[in-house]
Amino acid sequence: MSQKASAKYLKGATGDWEIVIGMEIHAQVTSQAKLFSGASAEYGGAPNDHVSLVDAAMPGMLPVINEECVRQAVRTGLGLEAQINLRSIFDRKNYFYPDLPQGYQISQFKHPIVGEGMVIVDVSPTERISVGIERLHLEQDAGKSMHDLSPTESHVDLNRSGVALMEIVSKPDMRSAEEARAYVSKLRTILRYIGSCDGNMEQGSLRADVNVSVRRPGEKLGTRCEIKNVNSIRFIGQAIEVEARRQIGILEDGGVIAQETRLFDPGKGETRSMRSKEEAHDYRYFPDPDLLPLEFDQAYVDGLKAQLPELPDAKRARFIEQYGLPPYDAGVLVMERASADFFEQTAKGRDAKLAANWVINELFGRLNKEGLDVAQSPVSAAALGAIVDLISSNVISGKIAKDLFEIVWSEGGDPAEIVAARGMKQVTDTSAIEAAVDAVIAANPDKVEQAKAKPTMLGWFVGQVMKQTGGKANPQAVNDLLKRKLDV
Amino acid sequence: MSELTHLTLAQARDALRSKKISATELTKAHLNAMEKARLLNCYITETPELALDQARQSDARLAEGNAGPLEGLPIGVKDLYCTKGVRTTAASRILDHFTPTYESTVSSNLMRDGAISLGKLNLDEFAMGSSNETSAFGPVVSPWRRRSDPEAKIVPGGSSGGSSAAVAAHLCLAATATDTGGSIRQPAAFTGTVGIKPTYGRCSRWGIVAFASSLDQAGPITRTVRDAAIMLRSMAGHDAKDTTSVDLPVSDYEKAVGQSVKGRRIGVPKEYRIEGMSPEILQFWDQGVAWLKDAGAEIVEISLPHTKYALPTYYIIAPAEASSNLARYDGVRYGLREAGRDIADMYEKTRAKGFGSEVRRRIMIGTYVLSAGYYDAYYVRAQKVRSLIKQDFDLAFAAGVDAVLTPATPSTAFAQGEQGSNDPVEMYLNDVFTVTVNMAGLPGIAVPGGCAANGLPLGLQLIGRPFEEETLFALASAIEQAAPKIEYPKPWWA
Repeated sequence: MSQKASAKYLKGATGDWEIVIGMEIHAQVTSQAKLFSGASAEYGGAPNDHVSLVDAAMPGMLPVINEECVRQAVRTGLGLEAQINLRSIFDRKNYFYPDLPQGYQISQFKHPIVGEGMVIVDVSPTERISVGIERLHLEQDAGKSMHDLSPTESHVDLNRSGVALMEIVSKPDMRSAEEARAYVSKLRTILRYIGSCDGNMEQGSLRADVNVSVRRPGEKLGTRCEIKNVNSIRFIGQAIEVEARRQIGILEDGGVIAQETRLFDPGKGETRSMRSKEEAHDYRYFPDPDLLPLEFDQAYVDGLKAQLPELPDAKRARFIEQYGLPPYDAGVLVMERASADFFEQTAKGRDAKLAANWVINELFGRLNKEGLDVAQSPVSAAALGAIVDLISSNVISGKIAKDLFEIVWSEGGDPAEIVAARGMKQVTDTSAIEAAVDAVIAANPDKVEQAKAKPTMLGWFVGQVMKQTGGKANPQAVNDLLKRKLDV
Repeated sequence: MSELTHLTLAQARDALRSKKISATELTKAHLNAMEKARLLNCYITETPELALDQARQSDARLAEGNAGPLEGLPIGVKDLYCTKGVRTTAASRILDHFTPTYESTVSSNLMRDGAISLGKLNLDEFAMGSSNETSAFGPVVSPWRRRSDPEAKIVPGGSSGGSSAAVAAHLCLAATATDTGGSIRQPAAFTGTVGIKPTYGRCSRWGIVAFASSLDQAGPITRTVRDAAIMLRSMAGHDAKDTTSVDLPVSDYEKAVGQSVKGRRIGVPKEYRIEGMSPEILQFWDQGVAWLKDAGAEIVEISLPHTKYALPTYYIIAPAEASSNLARYDGVRYGLREAGRDIADMYEKTRAKGFGSEVRRRIMIGTYVLSAGYYDAYYVRAQKVRSLIKQDFDLAFAAGVDAVLTPATPSTAFAQGEQGSNDPVEMYLNDVFTVTVNMAGLPGIAVPGGCAANGLPLGLQLIGRPFEEETLFALASAIEQAAPKIEYPKPWWA
């Protein structure tokens, strides 16, 4: 693990500055029902379709914990190598807002379900950092207020009200926008592997509150500002950059940073104040008397641990070890569980490095271009494996293989059959190649003379032979024959 | 018809089963009595059509021999219980014309067993009060009158004052009630009725408008101990919709009524002899001790040293929870809404108009004790004291005490306006003997023991071990048998 800190400093007018970043990620728990009610937690639906009596906070309604959400939180905690608390407590966070029907959010304040943990983040092919996890707790999402449907009224959609969120709080361990982006990306990967959050930032399943402060290298932490609800990895990076620049500007002008909550405006590329510390709510947290403390035993945790899928770090290590892949390639392949699975199916019983090249360069490249994910790939792992086989056994050249990939991508079909049917087979039969070589030599006596004086002319002969054979001749065989016949 | 309303719940049940009377005539007798008793203001909402419709169905089931345990028995429901299709007010303006689409678990348990609902009973607003004077629908007048000045309007206690008055005035055979700090036992004591607050978790809270979630518990008010036992059996039970409800079997409590109490150990806590207590109450308590001794119980003096902190602690915890529980009444989704300039203004106007002064006071106390900088000094300390109060009882029970005997209230009922108008704490002191039981989550029963010199009833309280309601029914019935029979007031209001 390397921490090339000095390279990350921001240059100000008066010297270097270090950015310090911590994050609170709100990840929607993958579950059928909401955290404390049986209403559907599905995204979408007509406004107020997914609302139970509990979600609407009708008089006398009581919350009942959804065990699936507890299970997912524990699994996630295990994925973050975190302390799992066998006893945790739900608290009420009290404030008034129209999309908060109870007048309080049920959350966990002093005693979260998950304590300290850690995430290993690959910032670049050559740099890994470790980001500490402070805690993970379960809480309810709020509904949605819409202020633009009428000039005189606001509308409220409670479909999301009560949906389970995991709030994952990091330690202030990140030092650049790049590290922060890589952290969110890695966290998202872990969540998706575990299946506890779909990680869909566009639908709001994953949102980030970013805490940013700056300081002179080596000095104590500066005053932080919290940028609320940033909903894409790109915006997280942008928000950090502009916020750090804003703070440096203030400090270099002799000012002080006011602790406050800010919003990032991607359109204007700036953050602006939402509320100051003085305006901060007094949430009057206290244990929710409607809910007993959440308790389970170690055997429950152990059972969930035993059933966890292989997580990205372990998979990456195995890919390096088992397939001899370069760490960077292994890292790319394990970003998504589906990609890693696709690779393993492609590589099974084959040249794994060649398979990795084809998966990463050809397949992922093409998928990216088309905006598809691996599950939607028109080329199956079996088909790509067959292409790799044809290359490995010298049936086709790498160049022909690219043409073949195109055909399989757009038309489908069995690669070996396509090669046979369309005469794409590489000519390795030396007698056939020899005939073509002889014909070219016989037709170009002047060039033969030149070649004897200047051996680099060999390339011209290779080109001619390939032309004659329609590109199917094995280039190595052509080369060897020409060398021998021209005696160069 | 009036003799029909004077049957006990058990007598009416037996008469229905032996077809001596019909559910319809029993219901009509009660509806008739209710109509003549509007002066008492016991019911906020009367539902005669629904009641008669239920009575017809009960008669059909009785005829088929398909009757439930409470088949055809007309009862009143405290208007804190949400009732499907019937307006539910919590005696507050803020709920306006709120009509639930759902039925509380406890009331639906009663209907499942065949009970007939006559209507919704008055109470203190959001169950906050000890005299039923905080109701937005006006105070309830007790059927009892003071010997010295019969014109004075006596309070029926609170918060379940509609329940206690309606039962004492024979306007229902039994009533549901709720108890957060004494709201079943104090009104029962004030009206010469029986009221039991079962162990916390024995009845589901689902569908009952919440006041203080960690203290609220449903229970019945009736005219006899047997009737209370019959009612509680139907009301109690585990409910998956309330995670604080307990999954323990419900006993046939009626079997405990009349059981011998010989050898039972009764603790008499010295700390309940509070300063300024009237000699009449002390004497009455001694009388209760004597009755149980005569019935064969063993009497021991016990100490519950943290008793004196119970009331102040209660008035931190209950308002804290209430301030949060009542946040949902914001004018956004249901109930009253007063237009405002913006959302904050709408909230303020709605809540200022919708809540009465006692509710507002408690919301403010609760908000204060939970606020940053005060939380540890008030709420956290109060919770610690609460554990100590519970521990006092645990130690007494561990030493072999089966139940604790105390007066239910420090005085008899008073007249409207006599208490708390200058100092709300004066009114809060009514709960001094009852709040400890809620704080410790224990079962407590109030049973009448006769009348004071002023002609008003006096009640004794028995406090039991968790989920040992049967012990309380046995002991309460021993007192009921020994005490002079309660003569409920003649209907001067009719």
